[in-house]
Amino acid sequence: MATINLLVNGRVIAAESGSSVAAAMLSSGITTFRTSVSGEPRAPLCGMGICFECRVTIEGQDHARSCQITVQDGMVITT
Amino acid sequence: MIIVVGAGPAGIAAARCVLECNLPVTVIDDNPAPGGQIWRGEAINLGAAQLLSGTRVVAIDGRARTVLTEGPGGPRTLHFSKLILATGSRELFLPFPGWTLPGVFGAGGIQALVKTGLHVAGKRIVVAGSGPLLLAVAALLRRRGADVRLIAEQARPAALFSFAAALLTNAAKLKEGAGFAWTLAGVPYATGAWVEAAEAEGHVRHVHLRQGNRRWVEECDYAAIGYGLVPNDELHSFAADSEHVIPVPTGDVDLATLEGAAAGYEAAGQPRPSAKLERARRFGAVLARAFALDPELRSLPKSDTFVCRCEDVTLERLCGWDSFRAAKLHTRCGMGPCQGRICGPAARFLFGWQDTSIRPPAFPVRIASLVTTTLATNGETS
Ligand SMILES: Cc1cc2nc3c(=O)[nH]c(=O)nc-3n(C[C@H](O)[C@H](O)[C@H](O)COP(=O)(O)OP(=O)(O)OC[C@H]3O[C@@H](n4cnc5c(N)ncnc54)[C@H](O)[C@@H]3O)c2cc1C
Ligand code: FES
Repeated sequence: MATINLLVNGRVIAAESGSSVAAAMLSSGITTFRTSVSGEPRAPLCGMGICFECRVTIEGQDHARSCQITVQDGMVITT
Repeated sequence: MIIVVGAGPAGIAAARCVLECNLPVTVIDDNPAPGGQIWRGEAINLGAAQLLSGTRVVAIDGRARTVLTEGPGGPRTLHFSKLILATGSRELFLPFPGWTLPGVFGAGGIQALVKTGLHVAGKRIVVAGSGPLLLAVAALLRRRGADVRLIAEQARPAALFSFAAALLTNAAKLKEGAGFAWTLAGVPYATGAWVEAAEAEGHVRHVHLRQGNRRWVEECDYAAIGYGLVPNDELHSFAADSEHVIPVPTGDVDLATLEGAAAGYEAAGQPRPSAKLERARRFGAVLARAFALDPELRSLPKSDTFVCRCEDVTLERLCGWDSFRAAKLHTRCGMGPCQGRICGPAARFLFGWQDTSIRPPAFPVRIASLVTTTLATNGETS
């Protein structure tokens, strides 16, 4: 499978084309996707677009559910 | 035009049956590609059906026979002659101390992530919760090189016995079960057992398990915990009384396919009775009884455990209200982005509240879509 690059919080990570942003981030060792209203770290739970725990900013779009979005080369992501 | 919402096995079967009756059909699905939960990422041929992927149905008007969608091109209103709701199900999550830690996934949740590229090779994973899905998930994880530490199934052996007996009458399921058993050889399967807590700073490192009076700790890199399925019936409540709307009950892939086909023929005006469907329904009912949740699981969350993960509402703050509505108004439980999809079914199990389903619109909607709805209601758009 072709490898592409993502820019997550300014750091380049490698991802397999076709994977979801959430899967690529988790596979690269990123564990925190968002901080909850009481300050807890959170990460994907449902993997299917329901829980919103995987939300990050993708290409400037806030609250994007990373489990539902397929990676693209050069994608810029912030948690 | 017949419209099908959902491109999982049920929606796909429905669309194919409509086409078979020589009628046009449109399939709307909010995932980037068709397949639903189980055929995620597989190549799907929908023939002559028009497919709107990445498009979500946010409201239905049963009287005007329109659906409001949000997709890549913005909001749209579409007319239907019949509407088939094949929206499938999601996982049931029960709150317990530590369930919000990164690394604690749903069982179906980790399955979906693995199917979209999550690497699990070498990871120590505890699989827990309830239902045959745990076996499918554990088998997938093992095939991908994970070290599945154990499967903790909440159902007790006596209940599981009826499931095993039903399996013996269902050759396809028996074969599937034998396949899982082969893949999972050597993985402990603890019955009447569950995860009481997950711990460590910032990420799960170990879980506390309980089986009757026996308690132990299992180290792990991930935990995959799901307590069965809840139907995605949010849209159903919009159009419960419309004769033009056909809701499709979901189940495992075989039942969903048969139910979808029946709905497709019905929508096309050519209903066909199916003995296979009746058999699959009976098997589904046996499953539901065998994996019924143990009431003891209600004591899993402690007073400071979050029940609502969007708004961080603790169990303590929910006690004392007599309905989900009252709890929502006073605590913001269920008011976050998931709109109660996670905490609603949990609260229903914990407190017995019945009013946990969602009011329109079914998802956070953009203002533009609401304007479109208003215009459509006034007859200004089509
Ligand atoms: C996480 C998970 C894992 C599962 N794994 C298995 C398994 O391994 N084996 C098995 O037999 N069963 C499994 N199941 C049960 C599974 O639901 C069925 O096997 C099968 O997927 C059911 O088919 P379906 O068409 O009814 O629903 P689904 O496959 O869920 O398809 C429903 C589709 O409708 C879409 N949808 C829902 N609401 C809207 C809306 N408002 N607008 C637009 N689109 C919408 C969904 O995104 C989805 O694509 C799993 C269920 C879940 C939740
Ligand atoms: S993991 Fe639940 S929405 Fe993405």
